[in-house]
Amino acid sequence: MSTMIKMVRSFAAVAAVAIATPAFAAGNAPHIERQQWSFSGPFGFYDRGQLQRGFKVYREVCSSCHGLKQVAFRNLADEGGPSFTEEQAKQIASEYTVEDGPNDDGDMYERPGILADKFPSPFPNEQAARASNGGAYPPDFSLLAKARAGHRGFPWFVFDAFTQYQEQGPDYIYALLTSYPEENPQCLGEDFSGYFNPAFLGGSVTAEACAHENLTGGPIGMAPPLSDELVEYTDGTPMTVDQYAHDVAAFMMWAAEPHLEERKKIGFRVMVFLIVFAGLLYFTKKKLWRNVEH
Amino acid sequence: MAGHSNYVPQSAPAKWLESRLPVISLVRGSFVDFPTPKNLNYWWTFGGILFFVLIAQIITGIVLVMHYTPSTTAAFNSVEHIMRDVNFGWMLRYLHANGASMFFIAVYIHIFRGLYYGSYKAPREISWILGVIIFLIMMGTAFMGYVLPWGQMSFWGATVITNLFSAIPLVGEEIRTWLWGGFAVDNPTLNRFFSLHYLLPFMIFGVVILHVWAFHTTGNNNPTGVQPKTKQDTVPFHPYYTIKDLFAIIVFMILFAWFVFYVPNYMGHPDNYIEANPLVTPAHIVPEWYFLPFYAILRAIPDKLGGVVAMFGAIAVLFVLPWLDTSKVRSGAYRPLFKQFFWIFAANAVALGYLGAMPAEGTYVLLARVCTAYYFAHFLIILPMLGFLEKPRPLPASISEAVLKGGAGKPAGATAAPDTK
Repeated sequence: MSTMIKMVRSFAAVAAVAIATPAFAAGNAPHIERQQWSFSGPFGFYDRGQLQRGFKVYREVCSSCHGLKQVAFRNLADEGGPSFTEEQAKQIASEYTVEDGPNDDGDMYERPGILADKFPSPFPNEQAARASNGGAYPPDFSLLAKARAGHRGFPWFVFDAFTQYQEQGPDYIYALLTSYPEENPQCLGEDFSGYFNPAFLGGSVTAEACAHENLTGGPIGMAPPLSDELVEYTDGTPMTVDQYAHDVAAFMMWAAEPHLEERKKIGFRVMVFLIVFAGLLYFTKKKLWRNVEH
Repeated sequence: MAGHSNYVPQSAPAKWLESRLPVISLVRGSFVDFPTPKNLNYWWTFGGILFFVLIAQIITGIVLVMHYTPSTTAAFNSVEHIMRDVNFGWMLRYLHANGASMFFIAVYIHIFRGLYYGSYKAPREISWILGVIIFLIMMGTAFMGYVLPWGQMSFWGATVITNLFSAIPLVGEEIRTWLWGGFAVDNPTLNRFFSLHYLLPFMIFGVVILHVWAFHTTGNNNPTGVQPKTKQDTVPFHPYYTIKDLFAIIVFMILFAWFVFYVPNYMGHPDNYIEANPLVTPAHIVPEWYFLPFYAILRAIPDKLGGVVAMFGAIAVLFVLPWLDTSKVRSGAYRPLFKQFFWIFAANAVALGYLGAMPAEGTYVLLARVCTAYYFAHFLIILPMLGFLEKPRPLPASISEAVLKGGAGKPAGATAAPDTK
């Protein structure tokens, strides 16, 4: 019998080692640096100024290729968002052209946007977007901050549940926007005329010459979109790529999760209530059971 | 059940109702006066927790359906409409999506509690089998629910799982076409999944009633595994277990609320926030976490049909578990060897879950095979043999005796000396 237990114990030990090893042998997954965000943690909130700046970056730089189709102009004035006034949101909407119709003659027509409209997408469909972007498809921004995440792996993903790490999306967006190298890796060769981004999750380097370079990321269709002083900030915030990337990533998080502030606020009240209630129930239970040996 | 109540109707309306439909004494006999072993520990509260989660899922689900559109062109956007525009829609959806995970956390604890304390053994085989049926329907319900938001993982998960049926010899392809309602996962598939996702929870509810009926007929198992012998061994369900279950449910709700309000997308996959696209296959198609151990078993077998058989076999083996365990002793607390194998089995199940999340290549495949083999060996070799090889510890004469000696966890012999003064 004891040999059987020994066998089982040694099996368990071998299994434990074998399971632990491959976790460190991960491939060339990009390392995504964690950023400080006002909206992280149990009391997280959106920085109004940051969302407004991020919207400016989106509008002046990104929106020529990337849509925001789930977000309506009225959302710009919503509580817990960039908090533009209704007048400002109306003004912004009116600066966009929206297709409407058909009218009484059966024709589609264009008109200025109103609060109820959603942001019009820059391309009518995916094919048109690809045709204009050398085959690459610029994804819609509405949910991107929740639709992208670097690989966390064991044991980090376990800790994430306790530390409330839900900002993989904005961290990745920031990393992507700020990781463009000044020159493409030499191993890609002179013929490679595209762009390379070591943080990009959507591609990988297949060139054989790069096999031993341990490159992360891969070729990307998007040219480096940001440069210092590209977008004018009027509130004295530094006009750097680093700042733009933070601001637009925060804006995208809001676009993807517009009720985050409300969620965390309600969550805190729910937690306080449940913990107090559980405490009261515990003592009630103790009192009820006091005469029962169990 | 009803027989456990000594309820005598007092008021005229109660007498009138009771003589026509004895529903008051039925409820009192089942959930008020029902004699329950007094030594149930907190692992026994998961039955009540599961009932709570089932009801919560049904209620949030019914409201979500009021705003959801089951169509390949509209489903994804209607979920976003719920998240953005419906009052507290985000809360409903996060409650429902995380509720599914909570359901499986609770059900796995509930199942492992049954495995440890031998709750599947005579006379509770029917309760156990009904439980396995509930587990199967739950898996079907959860799988189809995950398809409804029509994200990338919804679509590709549905494609992978429905394709499994094509492995059935001769009629596999026809069955797959029949399941799809066409020649690919498409609008008819989404519509029938939606219909069934609404139907199955009510079937679960029905089987839950049978499950409770069965173990209320045999009486609850308890940590000693010894049947109650006298009235001193039991307490009425109310107020003793209503308060204990309620306390446990509220503590469980704290965990639930943590996920819903602070890390609502932790259990989900980021790709499901990308609308389904039949032309783009995700790099790694992974099911929801609660299917991962079975997914690992599926992929461990190099043959497609063999993998499907092994995966379903992993659940099918649970149906015959009451007859595979040959030990005369019910509770694992008195089975020194079984206890060790139980924990190895639990670790093996977690390892399978981890392997299910990893790509099916290299060492992972080898490990998945070893773990799969061990999963089946536990039920088919170890449990049948243990009954003959193991020398169980002496059982207490009654629940009350075990309680006085300091709980079922401690061997009766070890505490005997100080007690015999």
